[in-house]
Amino acid sequence: MNETNTGNGALVDVSGVEKVFHRGSEDIQVLKDLHLQVPAGEFLALMGPSGSGKSTLLNLIGGLDHPTRGSVTVAGERIDQLSDRRLAAWRARHVGFVFQLYNLLPVLTAERNVELPLLLTRLSKSERRRHVETALEAVGLTNRAKHYPRQLSGGEQQRVGIARGIVTDPTLLLCDEPTGDLDRRAGDEILSLLQALNREHGKTIIMVTHDPHASARASRTVYLNKGQLTREQKD
Amino acid sequence: MRFTHLIWGNLRRKKTRTVLTLLSIVVAFVLFGFLSAIKQALTGGVSLEGANRLIVRHKVSIIQLLPVDYKRRMEKIPGVAAVTHQTWFGGIYQDPKNFFMQNPVIPDEFLDMHPEVVLPADRRQAWLQTRTGAIVGRKTADRFHWKVGDKVPIQSTIWSKKDGTFLWEFDVVGIYDGRDKNTDTTAMFFRYDYFDEARRGGTGQVGWYTVRVKDSAQAAQVAKLVDAEFENSSYETKTEAEGAFVQAWAKQIGDIALITASILGAVFFTILLVTGNTISQSVRERTGELGVLKAIGFTNVQMLALVLAESCLLTVLGGMIGLGVAWLLTSRGDPTGGLLPLFFFPAREVLVGLGFSAALGLVTGFFPALQAMRLRVADSLRRI
Amino acid sequence: MAGPINWFSQIAAVTKFGLLSMPQRLGSVAAATFGIGGVVAVLVGVLSIAAGFRRAMAASGSPDDALVLRSGADSEMVSGFMRDSTRIIADAPGVARTPGGPLASAELFVIINLPKISTGTDVNVPLRGVERPALLVRDGLKIVQGRMFEWGKDEVIVGIGAAREFDGLKVGDQLKVGRYFWPVVGIFSAGGGTAESEIWSDATVLQAAYHRGDSFQSVFVKLKSAEAFNEFKDALTTDPRLTAQVFRQTDYYAQHSASVTTLITTLGYLIAFLMAIGAAFGALNTMYSSVSARTREIATLRALGFGSGAVVVSVMLESIALALFGGVLGAGLSYVAFNGFHTATMNWQSFSQVTFALAVTPQLLTQGVVWATLIGAIGGLLPAIRAARQPIAAALREL
Repeated sequence: MNETNTGNGALVDVSGVEKVFHRGSEDIQVLKDLHLQVPAGEFLALMGPSGSGKSTLLNLIGGLDHPTRGSVTVAGERIDQLSDRRLAAWRARHVGFVFQLYNLLPVLTAERNVELPLLLTRLSKSERRRHVETALEAVGLTNRAKHYPRQLSGGEQQRVGIARGIVTDPTLLLCDEPTGDLDRRAGDEILSLLQALNREHGKTIIMVTHDPHASARASRTVYLNKGQLTREQKD
Repeated sequence: MRFTHLIWGNLRRKKTRTVLTLLSIVVAFVLFGFLSAIKQALTGGVSLEGANRLIVRHKVSIIQLLPVDYKRRMEKIPGVAAVTHQTWFGGIYQDPKNFFMQNPVIPDEFLDMHPEVVLPADRRQAWLQTRTGAIVGRKTADRFHWKVGDKVPIQSTIWSKKDGTFLWEFDVVGIYDGRDKNTDTTAMFFRYDYFDEARRGGTGQVGWYTVRVKDSAQAAQVAKLVDAEFENSSYETKTEAEGAFVQAWAKQIGDIALITASILGAVFFTILLVTGNTISQSVRERTGELGVLKAIGFTNVQMLALVLAESCLLTVLGGMIGLGVAWLLTSRGDPTGGLLPLFFFPAREVLVGLGFSAALGLVTGFFPALQAMRLRVADSLRRI
Repeated sequence: MAGPINWFSQIAAVTKFGLLSMPQRLGSVAAATFGIGGVVAVLVGVLSIAAGFRRAMAASGSPDDALVLRSGADSEMVSGFMRDSTRIIADAPGVARTPGGPLASAELFVIINLPKISTGTDVNVPLRGVERPALLVRDGLKIVQGRMFEWGKDEVIVGIGAAREFDGLKVGDQLKVGRYFWPVVGIFSAGGGTAESEIWSDATVLQAAYHRGDSFQSVFVKLKSAEAFNEFKDALTTDPRLTAQVFRQTDYYAQHSASVTTLITTLGYLIAFLMAIGAAFGALNTMYSSVSARTREIATLRALGFGSGAVVVSVMLESIALALFGGVLGAGLSYVAFNGFHTATMNWQSFSQVTFALAVTPQLLTQGVVWATLIGAIGGLLPAIRAARQPIAAALREL
């Protein structure tokens, strides 16, 4: 497995990135001089101990935060230079998120949850409906469309989360510990789903995880320790 | 419209809390409607026609009488279109609690001066032909079940007949209606010629005059001219526009507008606290969800709008229900049984109420909306 | 697990946890407290208007004072007596007498227009013409500034309430009566009664100014004793030379204040009732959120053996405590803001102004606190029951 990919066709290019958090009078440097390139169509796993900065890196790639120094380029665009307002629009078009705790809105049905990102587009009601149906089909939950999250199992809820993440056909799918709250069986189902999305539909996926079983499903794994990429280690 | 599910869904999160807050808002607006009706009852007796009319009374006090020949002199004043008079009869029908006004008037002149009093032409004729005839307003006629042809005994507390008794009898020749919503239809009017001829004492004296001016823009000038005409005589006058007269009368009770405004202020302050608390609680509980929305790509402005839409939906819904209930309750009329004849909830105030409900939504939603807007996505997601 | 002491300590423990967690729920606690405080303040405030008005009317006469009007007149304004009639009344049995003569004052009552200082618009102010015994007939009348008017002269004295509320009634001012100017020579107090809203002068002087000949409108009388009333009344009503009706002054004023006090009281209760409903909802809200915030805590206590009854009582106590706090706050605020506030309003029955001070009486304060407690109890009941009935296991798991 290559650690770095120097091809110019990199979808994501993180270059010389540093991230410092200010907690009161203390400055905590979470990421140090990070370089990472992710080609289109890759299923990348980010691993590392807690506090290593992997979620922070994911947030930077996803346009949820700005680096203190360095650049983040996605699909040729310097997202570290975009204002918060432009970033919001950018995220709506380019990124799908999948969270550890699913983060579904309990007051909406599954299909309404999946529809959320589409509300930010100019699609008509019937167009939105079609996208939602497609997404739910892709995750195999068509018959649960009208259920509320509290009526779904953990695995089903996460599948809704994935459907929501792909419904706008984003450039990137970013997953933060997607199986962290699921049992082994449900977790495996989710990972198979992600793999299928990657292999059959060519989706670029970056997944943060601390579970070696999860990272084994990825096409490449990189390791973070104390804010820097370290050499890959095979168990 | 596309965000309806989101906004509505958020309100349905904690149903009990939403319902209770909604009910508090409803109650506040019922009060609003009620107080508006009270204010209207005490201060709103001014009609459109009133802009053209002046009230001329004895300068020293309303209870003193004026000579009847002042009419002739006033008609000569430039700007005066018509003059007629009324007198306070102070009568009781069966029980002092059954209070309503009965005044002797000159029928033709009175009806011409007050077009808001609607009487069918044949009834007017009957009145002109019956010396002891009286017309009664619909409200009072309904209250005592009077019909045309009934003989009505009224005991005057002021005027005795030439035989020394205080009991007068009148024939109901017509029932009048009010043209406008705020026209009083509780009063009774009978003929001045019968009154003047039958009364013992006070002959040739009347209570007050109503003057119609040719041009309402000249009203103030004509008023001054009238008072100047009778200055330094034994019966000096005070003339003012009918609207001012009515308002001053209400002001004798107190500054009604101030009192109702203060009470409403207290009520809305309370509602503000209750609703504001509900909305901010709701926002605080949803930090995670709000973070997700931001992650998905909702802009700051959209977050602000979302929270404000929720608070406004709650308050406007509560406002509409409350105003509707107030409308129903006040449509049943005077709750005090006679002391507030013109009791209703003016349409104009309903609109003001709706405006308040929207403003309430904006004010209570403001700070929570700012909070939602300023949410740092990364922080809120990590919190989970 | 029996015994009242045990039970009390359970309640105390649960309540203590509730109170300790309050800082976290400050928003909803404040909302409920201020809501209830608002209700009490408005209720007490509005009712203090009625109480003050009624008090002024009641202070206007004592049981041994009587008032005589012509039959059929419902107020002084429409009543009338000739001089001889007033003499007959003064000489009737039951009337107190001094070496100077009977304590009876035949009086005139008219209205003049003066601007009310607070609104700037004209109001009807009572102007009364009295006879010499008047100062003795009415209890507690004192000149507090200036001097008494001289009999036979065009002078007036002004009640302290009138001087305060209406323009142009200070000692030294000139009062315009018709075409004449009469100087104000003194200010008097009358124990808070309606006389304080009036302007007084010599009856004969007023008669001349108003072309009344030798007629009066009423006779105010001091009786030998409160019990002498019946004797007095019977003598007058059976006298063929008179057509009179006789009242105890206290009854007359009570009657005359009836419609105004009824109106204010009715409206006051209606408004406060509606507000109370709103506040009750606010309190319910607060208690529901309090209970749900402490679900796990309460469930733990119950798992440990604390009884449901103790939980119910504790939640209600908390709610009542909050409500009482708000209620006392509201009552206190209303006392400070309203008690003794001087104002004047129109008495419909006499068409003239009555000056009075708002009275936040102990009864009103008690009423306010009772309402607050009721609201608190209602607001706490349902949440308390819910807290006690929640299945323990489910509640323990709740995050």
